[in-house]
Amino acid sequence: MATRTENPWIRRTLIGIALLYLGLFIFLPLVVVFYTGLSKGLAVYFQSFSDPAALSAIRLTVLTALIAVPLNLVFGIAASWAIAKFDFWGKNLLTTLIDLPLSVSPVISGLIFILLFGAQGAFGPWLMDHGIKVIFAPPAIILATIFVTFPMVARELIPVMKAQGNEEEEAALTLGASGFQTFWRITLPNIKWGLLYGVILCNARAMGEFGAVSVVSGHIRGQTNTLPLHIEILYNEYNFTAAFAAASLLALLALVTLFLKSIVEYRYRAELKAAVRTENV
Amino acid sequence: MIKLLKTKSTLPGFHIAFGYTIFYLGLIVLIPLSMLFAKTSTMGFGEFWSVVTHPRTLAALRLSFGASLIAGLINVVFGFLIAWVLARYRFPGKKIVDAFVDFPFALPTAVTGIALTALYSQNGWIGKHLYALGIESAYSPLGITLALIFIGLPFVVRTVEPVLQELDVELEDAAASLGANRWQTFTKVLFPNVVPALITGFTLAFARAIGEYGSVIFIAGNMPGKTEIAPLLIMTKLEQYDYSGAAAIAVVMLIVSFTLLSATNFLQWFFSKKIGMN
Amino acid sequence: MSIDVKQISKTFGTFKALDNIELKIATGELIALLGPSGSGKTTLLRIIAGLEKADHGEIYFHGKDVRTEETKDRNVGFVFQHYALFRHMTVFENIAFGLKVKPKAIRPSPEKIKAKVHELLKLVQLEWVADRYPSELSGGQRQRIALARALAIEPRVLLLDEPFGSLDAKVRKELRQWLRRFHDDLHITTLFVTHDQEEALEVADRVVVMNKGKIEQAGTPEEVYHNPASVFVLNFLGNVNLFHGRVEETKATKMYVRPHELTVSRNPISANSIKAKISFINPAGSVVKIDAQTSDGQLIQAEIAQEEYKSLKLKRNEEICLTPKNITYSEYDI
Repeated sequence: MATRTENPWIRRTLIGIALLYLGLFIFLPLVVVFYTGLSKGLAVYFQSFSDPAALSAIRLTVLTALIAVPLNLVFGIAASWAIAKFDFWGKNLLTTLIDLPLSVSPVISGLIFILLFGAQGAFGPWLMDHGIKVIFAPPAIILATIFVTFPMVARELIPVMKAQGNEEEEAALTLGASGFQTFWRITLPNIKWGLLYGVILCNARAMGEFGAVSVVSGHIRGQTNTLPLHIEILYNEYNFTAAFAAASLLALLALVTLFLKSIVEYRYRAELKAAVRTENV
Repeated sequence: MIKLLKTKSTLPGFHIAFGYTIFYLGLIVLIPLSMLFAKTSTMGFGEFWSVVTHPRTLAALRLSFGASLIAGLINVVFGFLIAWVLARYRFPGKKIVDAFVDFPFALPTAVTGIALTALYSQNGWIGKHLYALGIESAYSPLGITLALIFIGLPFVVRTVEPVLQELDVELEDAAASLGANRWQTFTKVLFPNVVPALITGFTLAFARAIGEYGSVIFIAGNMPGKTEIAPLLIMTKLEQYDYSGAAAIAVVMLIVSFTLLSATNFLQWFFSKKIGMN
Repeated sequence: MSIDVKQISKTFGTFKALDNIELKIATGELIALLGPSGSGKTTLLRIIAGLEKADHGEIYFHGKDVRTEETKDRNVGFVFQHYALFRHMTVFENIAFGLKVKPKAIRPSPEKIKAKVHELLKLVQLEWVADRYPSELSGGQRQRIALARALAIEPRVLLLDEPFGSLDAKVRKELRQWLRRFHDDLHITTLFVTHDQEEALEVADRVVVMNKGKIEQAGTPEEVYHNPASVFVLNFLGNVNLFHGRVEETKATKMYVRPHELTVSRNPISANSIKAKISFINPAGSVVKIDAQTSDGQLIQAEIAQEEYKSLKLKRNEEICLTPKNITYSEYDI
């Protein structure tokens, strides 16, 4: 074993540096959120959530996630089925295009919907004639969120489906199962943890997205503010306690996400290795 | 056409799954993104050029790319160290620390922004010490870099850690049996195997940092020409209803970051090939 | 049910997996598709099952063209190389699957399904594992459950892809004999793929030897072993020695002799006898294996019975005479 590790002092020093760095850069910001939010006492903390603007922001945030996540879930299943189970020309290009939104700046993600649906945009005049409001209204917020979280389920499912191979599905077909029965009874149970993993990550991003939503929202209090935008407004009004109280809610969401993610991750990894394992026994 | 599309499997559902994938991708991603280029093409080259070479634009792009580069490099150093510690050593609370590395992924950027500002501003827990030393840690390029370090760290750790875990321990034993000391084993045997993952991690962190908005704007100060990042400049143009100006800067950002991504992809491919990994 | 394979061809990219395959299988036959990897045997099996579509050619089940029938409608029992048992289901649920997915109108009642599953478990002698998951079974048990699952739908034909490929030697032997007996009882038309010539010769009624996407020979184990249609078949079904020389009555310049078809003696017994020096003896086994070298350096392998070995009292470095009892002539190399 001695050949595989450093002397204890080097080891301790390295661990020390890593923990100090993580503590200072990652942990301290979390502490400061809760500290500042609670700095004027619990009464003030909870009062900031009873503000109608805060409640409406929470409602819109949840609504956005409730629409964006299922849509991207359905897409993720379709895309991973096509990509992992079949060979076709241009598959790598398709995979790259699916990941594209992750490398686009959030601000640009919002901008493109303004260019599409804004007053000067491609469909702007038509929408205005028909009295449909997209930009500076919830539809644009939801669209921008869908764009930003677009690949998040697909990119978790593709490797799982690839790892599982096609044999179990083929076995189901030889036993007389229809395509839908095969998917529902064989594929879905085999990918469920990967699916859940993707949904958890997708949801966290959908609820927390700031840049893209900020561009298209119009910041109308009580109407087009999501929770992150609400925090910005409070902060810019120097209402720090309320801003950090709202922020603590999102920080809590992040902690819950991390917790669920670590639980699911373990089983998700098992799914990734499952196909290999059964072959080797 | 159908024959050309599908060559491998007789499982059902390809056409509906593939069709829906293309439809949804086009609707949500490709058509909206193509608007950027459509809008820019209405400008004429002279106008486009004057927008993107305007000193304020150039300063913003320089700041965005420069700060992202520095943050990325710092993350490579400390990300590697943290990945090493997590992959190699055992210590109490390791599981929690390991899960916590992903915290910057999970924390909404606006929360990151105000939290970092509170920490590093003149009255903040860390800021007050730095300001006492004459270091302006908020509303400065340093503040921007700090935010980008925060959001980029997990990318490096999460790409390097699995590579370190999967490296065959026999490699180290072999090096040791051939008379290498620990430092030689590390620099000549272990590190070269990790280089491709480090490049990937750096690329991911860098790409994310260039476009980052939420966690930066609170701590940036947003002074045109000094602490104004490119995404913020796009935002400002939008608020002035200068949509084509905003689109022009967006196009430049996209092109530059895709060029850099391709370059690093090539580098990564090159190094992987060299050490015979895939 | 009979199967008629007509002019089947299949290409993957630039690789020709199957090249104009013709094969007739009679009702109730037990057929081995034998060949090295890449010979196309698994592809042929998958095309019969409908898991792969042929580029050209036709497949008839009992005289009916099945090209337009999907896998799920072909009613074939397929046992996969790695079994493909459904991981998230118990053994019972695995076997019941094919019955449960039948359309409502023809789906058996839950009681009937239960009875059928237990009947099958009894048939494969694994009644006690009904509630276990596949991960809790041994390789041989998985193999038999996969077979039971395939039989549940009362298939018209049974297709097995390398059925014993991932099992250890002892279990392989047992399951082989078990499959033979099992086929004798049920008489379902059965095709199995293997690369093990011993397995093919021991189990099958008829062996189809494949190489590079073509059928080299199809015949009873006896035919393919004793009257190989090509040098490939000769070589693939066992070790063989090559001799160069000119044979008057044929154009052939090469002669092939199996190790056990050489007579070993102290002195020459005919004009064909060859002198050689023993370089290695392996007496451990049912036969004694002898390696000998001729004066021009050629290595010859021979196999003799234990009693013969004892009576001859052979030792290393001794000179012996080798005389072929049976020669295959050819002008081709192996």
